[in-house]
Amino acid sequence: MEEVVQPKVYVRTCIALLVLLAVTWSIGYINLGPFNLIVALAVSIAKAIVIALFFMHIKGSSRILHLAAVAGVIWLLIMISLTLGDYISRGWVPLNH
Amino acid sequence: MNGTTPAPETMKSATELVVERPGEFARENYLSIHRGVRAWLLTKDHKRIGLLYLGTILIFFLIASVAAALMRIELLTPQPKLVTSETYNKLFTIHGVLMVWFFLIPSIPTVLGNFVLPMMIGARDVAFPKLNLMSWYIFVAGGALALWSLIRGGVDTGWTFYTPYSTTYANTHVISMAAGVFVAGFSTIVTGINFIVTTHKMRAPGLTWFRLPLFVWSLYATSLIMVLATPVLAITLALISVERFWGVGIFDPKLGGDPVLFQHLFWFYSHPAVYIMILPGMGVISELITCFSRKRIYGYAWVGSASMAIAILGFMVWGHHMFVSSQSVYAGMIFSILSFLVAVPSGIKVFNWTATLHKGSIHFATPMLYALGFIGLFTIGGLTGLFLAALAVDVHVHDTYFVIAHFHYIMVGGMVMAFMGGLHYWWPKISGRLYPEFAGKLAAMITFIGFNLTFFPQFILGYLGQPRRYHIYPPEFQIFHVLSTAGASVLGIGYLMPLIYFIWSWRRGRAAGPNPWRATGLEWQTSSPPPEHNFEQTPIVTGPPYSYSAEKDVDLNLASI
Ligand SMILES: [Cu+2]
Repeated sequence: MEEVVQPKVYVRTCIALLVLLAVTWSIGYINLGPFNLIVALAVSIAKAIVIALFFMHIKGSSRILHLAAVAGVIWLLIMISLTLGDYISRGWVPLNH
Repeated sequence: MNGTTPAPETMKSATELVVERPGEFARENYLSIHRGVRAWLLTKDHKRIGLLYLGTILIFFLIASVAAALMRIELLTPQPKLVTSETYNKLFTIHGVLMVWFFLIPSIPTVLGNFVLPMMIGARDVAFPKLNLMSWYIFVAGGALALWSLIRGGVDTGWTFYTPYSTTYANTHVISMAAGVFVAGFSTIVTGINFIVTTHKMRAPGLTWFRLPLFVWSLYATSLIMVLATPVLAITLALISVERFWGVGIFDPKLGGDPVLFQHLFWFYSHPAVYIMILPGMGVISELITCFSRKRIYGYAWVGSASMAIAILGFMVWGHHMFVSSQSVYAGMIFSILSFLVAVPSGIKVFNWTATLHKGSIHFATPMLYALGFIGLFTIGGLTGLFLAALAVDVHVHDTYFVIAHFHYIMVGGMVMAFMGGLHYWWPKISGRLYPEFAGKLAAMITFIGFNLTFFPQFILGYLGQPRRYHIYPPEFQIFHVLSTAGASVLGIGYLMPLIYFIWSWRRGRAAGPNPWRATGLEWQTSSPPPEHNFEQTPIVTGPPYSYSAEKDVDLNLASI
C-alpha cells in the first residue's frame, strides 16, 4: 500500500470543501445571468477533484488506481455527451411539416 | 455429513487427490468444520457466502414467481377475474423489481462467482473476505426494505419507476422500494470491486490473463459494469425520492423538471444491467460447452475480448429504450446503430460456441442440455433485440408483448438456463455429491419446452398489438394467453424438479469425487467438497485453459442413479 495519509490532510480537505460550499451558497444570492450556472458547475467540479485526490487518496496512489479514476470520468462523459446529444438535436426536425 | 467411504486423516496434495481418489467424498471440508448458525452468519469463506446468497436469492425468486403465476392465471380470461387493475399493476412491479435486482443481477456472480472464482484462479479466498460478507448483509438489508414495501401494500409504477408518475402521482410505497433497490445496489458495487481486485491480485503463479478461464473473464467484465453503472442507478433513485418527498423539480415538468431525463439516467444504468445479467451466463456456457464437447474453446481470445467489448459498448446503447419517448430522432439513429454494433461481439460468442461443438466428443449431460438450450434461446432473444433496435419496427412493437418475449428469451432463456446449467455443473463441487442424471436431463428438457410454450406466443401477441402491463384484452388474443399460461405451469415443474433432487442429493447423492466431469479448471483439482481454504497447496499453472483431449470413452459419471 501507499504512504499513510496524515490527519491534517483530511482537515484541510474538509476546510476546502466548506469554503467551496460557502461559494456555492453565496453565488445563489448574486445574479450573474448565465454565469451562475457556470460558476456553480465549476465549484462542483473543484469539490469532486478535491475529494478524489485527497479524501480518496488518488494523489500518490498507483497508476492502476489513476486508471480506475480516469475510467470513472470517461464514463461520466459518455453519459453526459450522449444525453446532451439528444437534447441539442431535438429542435433539428420541425414537429409540424 | 458422512461420506460413503471414510477419508484418510491427512489430506494429500491437489494433484494426488485427483489421481488417487476418484469418487470419494471429502469428509473434512468447508461445510464440516465450524458448524452452527453463528459460524455461518460470521463466515468469511467465499464458498459459504455463495451458499448464503443462493438461499437468499431463491426466496426472492419464489416470491417473484408467485407474482408471475398470479398474473398468468389472471390473463387466462380477457376480462378481470382474479385481481383488480391496481393489484395487477402491483404484481408486475413486484415481479420485475424482485426478479431484476434481487434474483437476476446477483444470481450467477454472487452464487456461482463467489463459489468458484477464487478456486478457478487458484486462490484461498477473494481479495476482501470481510467485504464479501458485508455485501451479503447489505443485500439482505435491501431485500428487507423491498419486502417491507411489499407488505405495506406494494408499488404500482412498474420496475422502471418512470416519472412523473412515480414522483408525483403514484400513491404507493415508491420511496421505500426505491430505497431497497438503492441499498441492494451497494452490495452489487462491493461485489464488483471485490471480484476486480481478486482477479488482479490473487491469481495463482503462472495463471496469466490469457490463461484465465472464460468464466473469470466474463465475471471481470461484469464487475466493471457493476462498478461503473450502479452508482448512476443509486443517484437516479435518490433523485426520485428527493422529488417525491420535497417536491424539488427534477423530472416532473409541472415542477420545471424533465421526465425524459429520468429515462436517460435510468437506462444508462439499466441497459448495462442487462449485461450484468447475461455476461456471467455467457461465461458459464463457455465452461460447459468445452467440458462436454471435450474440446478447447474455439477462438479463446475472441470470446474473452467479446466480453470486454460487450461491457464497454453496452454503455452506449441505452437510448434504444426511448425511441418513442420524444427523444430526438438523430439521437435515436445513433443509439440504433450502436445497438446493432453490440450484436457483433454477442454473435462472435454464439458462433465460437457452435464452432467448439464441431467435431467435438459431445456428451449430452444435464449441464450441456442447459448450455445448448441457452445458445438457441439466447440467439432468438438477441435477434429479436435487433428488431427492436430498428427505429421503425420499434414504433410498431414498442411496449408490447414482443418486448416482453424478447427480454424473457435473454433473461430466462439465457440467464436462468445458464444459472441452472452452472448450478448442475458445479453442484458436485459444492455438495460433494452427484444429482440423479436422468431427473436432471428430464428437468432440463421440461424447462426448455415450458419456456418456449410460455414466451413464444408472446412474440405473436406483441406483433398483433397486445400492449404490456394490461390485464384486460380483446377476446381474439385469449388463445395466446392460454398457451402462455400453460407453458408457465410446465416451466414451474422444470424449476421445482431440480430443487427437489438437489435437496435429496445434498445428503443422499452418490459421492462425486474431486473431478466427476474430468474437467480441466483449477476448481476441479481439489477435493469435493473443497477444504476451507480450497487447496492444500497453491496450484501452479503451466498451460492454457481447456486442454481437453477428444478421447472417446472418458467416464463422466453420467450413468443414472
Ligand atoms: Cu437495452
